[in-house]
Amino acid sequence: MMGVVVVVFCICLVENMIKTKNLTKIYGNVAALDDINLNIKSGEVTVILGGSGSGKTTLLRLLAGLETPTSGSIMFANEDLAKISQKRLYELRLHVGMLFQYSALLNSLTVYENVAFPLNEHTDLDDTIIHTMVTMKLEQVGLRGFEEMMPSQLSGGMAKRVAFARALAMDPQVVFFDEPTSGLDPISAGVISSLIHETTVKTRMTSVVVTHDVQAGLDIADHVILLWQGRIIAEGEAESVRLSKDPRVQQFIKGEPNGPIPFSRSQTAYIDDLTYKPGCVRLD
Amino acid sequence: MVDFIGKLGRNTLDAMTKLGDATLFALATLRLLFTSPWQGKHFVMQLYAIGVGSLIIIIITGAFTGMVLALQGYHMLVKVGTEALLGPAVALSLIRELGPVLAALMFVGRAGSSITAEIGIMRVTEQMDALEMMAVNPQARVMLTRIIACAIALPLLVGIFDVVGLFAGYLIGVEMLGVNAGVYIGETIDKIALNDVFAGLTKSIYFGLLVGIICTYMGQRATPTTEGVAKATTQAVMLCSVMVLILDYIITSFYL
Repeated sequence: MMGVVVVVFCICLVENMIKTKNLTKIYGNVAALDDINLNIKSGEVTVILGGSGSGKTTLLRLLAGLETPTSGSIMFANEDLAKISQKRLYELRLHVGMLFQYSALLNSLTVYENVAFPLNEHTDLDDTIIHTMVTMKLEQVGLRGFEEMMPSQLSGGMAKRVAFARALAMDPQVVFFDEPTSGLDPISAGVISSLIHETTVKTRMTSVVVTHDVQAGLDIADHVILLWQGRIIAEGEAESVRLSKDPRVQQFIKGEPNGPIPFSRSQTAYIDDLTYKPGCVRLD
Repeated sequence: MVDFIGKLGRNTLDAMTKLGDATLFALATLRLLFTSPWQGKHFVMQLYAIGVGSLIIIIITGAFTGMVLALQGYHMLVKVGTEALLGPAVALSLIRELGPVLAALMFVGRAGSSITAEIGIMRVTEQMDALEMMAVNPQARVMLTRIIACAIALPLLVGIFDVVGLFAGYLIGVEMLGVNAGVYIGETIDKIALNDVFAGLTKSIYFGLLVGIICTYMGQRATPTTEGVAKATTQAVMLCSVMVLILDYIITSFYL
């Protein structure tokens, strides 16, 4: 119990919740992230933008401690994630929530049990209090009354909202959001975006949002990081990134097909590939 | 020829690497028995899902195995006038060999495949990561509970398999084929030693542990795609079946 209090105290005190230094992640021969240095300030919404394959989800997983870096360091509430024990990591995670891209609800549990899961695991709270807390979280995401449904009975958007409620169940100090609005209808996406912003402001939690939804990202961001090919190409307040002179940033923000960021990933000439060569492609 | 040797070498290295990885996985998981909080409730849930879920198939297989043993045994023994030994023949075959092996094979198909598929799907849908982020160790919660549940459920199921098989053998031998009931039961009790029961029980514990480790390992290392999970499930069933037969031979050679 004392350890938990110390963790909360330490987490509340730090100005930079997460800092990375020369962070690199290599898969095989491919550098998913290359020399990333960033500061994520406490109580702010930091939005990590980038196209598909830019390394933003890898970065989020590294920050959350789900993967280990190839080199470099990650300081989480002034503690080096690479050097702390698993016990200490789990202590820190009691104050961390995460919304996964595909919700990651536990299939064998109902909506209620999913949201109550962290509370049942890590607190001695009475069932009546847990019931009240779960109801409040579900009301927050507009799904009160769906407690008995199974994850398989929910739409993608509803599952994501339940996952949001679960991520907030322990009233965390830090929440990671992996593509929180992807696959949602415009109303649900808007609700989730404003929930992230409101909850961050009201509870002074730290939110790290990974998204390729430029508009939603810039609208809620206090701080923006733009990734391309595993490197940071722009960083700062939303307005400064929006007004950046870097043509790559402008192309990404405006969603233009032509520019320094190529749409096609093909390495060979189109005309060459159009010509059929026996044996070059398996037809069976 | 050089290609063939190269391929053989690569495959051998690959197999050895996987074996080493699986051994480390098993040791790391079993170590959690002593280092992580006891997952009692979740272990009981798994024991129920794995054990009770396999009950029907075990009872059906046990019954028909006992019946066919009695039927085949009677027609062979009657030729040499020793049908009085039908009881011990059925009982020994069941308790020492067929009970543990057939129950384990059925268990692999019913429970083992579902363990691999479930863990594989949990990986695909990031549920393992979600547990990790909620400060719940997935290796203790998901893997260990299933391995221990397998190691306990299978001996119990083998016991049920044996009892059902013996009863079914009795019905065929005594009620249908007319072997004297007193002789059948008396000879069975006379010829079966405690060591036979112990040998069958020991086998089933090892089989349960083996099935649990292989199936959780294959699920954990499955490529996180639909195809990857399907492939891992098939491989787990094949590997478990072959390993059960190999291990059966090794344990039997120690007991004889």
